[in-house]
Amino acid sequence: MKRLEAITVIAEEATSLEALVVGNIGFPSRELFAVGDRPANFYMLGSMGLASSIGLGLALACPDEKVIAIDGDGAVLMNMGSLATIADQDPDNYLLIVLDNGCYGSTGSQPTCTSRRADLGRIAEGAGISEVRIAATPVEVRAGIAGKGVLVVKVEIGNADVPVIDLSPEEIIERFMVRSGPPSRSS
Amino acid sequence: MVGIETNRPSQAVYRGMKGAGIDFVASVPCINLRGLLCMIEADPEIMHIPVTREEEGVGICAGARLGGKRPALLMQNSGLGNSVNALASLNGLYKIPLLMIISHRGGEGETIVGQVPMGRLTPKILDAMDIPKFAPTLAEAEETVGRAWQAAQAAGTPTAVLLDIEFWESGAI
Repeated sequence: MKRLEAITVIAEEATSLEALVVGNIGFPSRELFAVGDRPANFYMLGSMGLASSIGLGLALACPDEKVIAIDGDGAVLMNMGSLATIADQDPDNYLLIVLDNGCYGSTGSQPTCTSRRADLGRIAEGAGISEVRIAATPVEVRAGIAGKGVLVVKVEIGNADVPVIDLSPEEIIERFMVRSGPPSRSS
Repeated sequence: MVGIETNRPSQAVYRGMKGAGIDFVASVPCINLRGLLCMIEADPEIMHIPVTREEEGVGICAGARLGGKRPALLMQNSGLGNSVNALASLNGLYKIPLLMIISHRGGEGETIVGQVPMGRLTPKILDAMDIPKFAPTLAEAEETVGRAWQAAQAAGTPTAVLLDIEFWESGAI
């Protein structure tokens, strides 16, 4: 399965669930923007590793919203402590999706440790994540999105030919926060 | 524990946070924050998330802000070094406010040599990042913590309240 196929399914399900979505730095956010831009998508343009943390904070702040973070294997390896904190808090409204292509796809596809021995599903279980699922097909991805915890999605190496996100950081956050709850940023 | 939980420096910072409406805290502990952390953990109006690394706390607090919370990060100044990229490329990029309550180690009275290098560099790192910093006395602390949050919110930036060893000892019981 190509990553774009997985992201397309995630975007469709997120739209039907009216979920808040946090997209990882680089091509994952660009692909999400290309297949299904919406104000409820927060495109993380910097701070590699923190998509899972932003998603957790958002889920804890908005217990009535479904929150989905779309992360990558390289980013999760960079902030692996986040899995322990997510397990510790265990919010019912939060799903962390890890698109695992075994490489740093936005920087030239250098291999990560998941291309060899590291197993993110078992790492998530070891961190104490209450629900861990593995998906390798679009059908399995769609079935996993209703759940909480961690969904590891095995995808092929390679980026889709999609443009750079033509929204400013201010536009991304302002339209997101109109959707995510507070009446204004001065609250 | 009663003495720890009720010492005057911790109470002053706590009152400042409450007055500012802080309702979400991520933390990595420092011995000097132990009393304050107990008060926050016991407060049903504050959601407290212990984290594994300060940078992770920056991300969690940013997410909480996206959901409308007033977030603070409690940490030792060593954690500032762990958070530099996130403070710039997340908070700085999107203008996300964050109150940082920092136990500033490595200065007068420090007994652990490993704290000295980051202790010396901490104010310079904050200056280089254009992050406003505040270093109140015990008498000023409550008001200053509130002002630091107001500054963070008004400018959409992280702000830092640096609380050194002398501050924590000024209220020793």
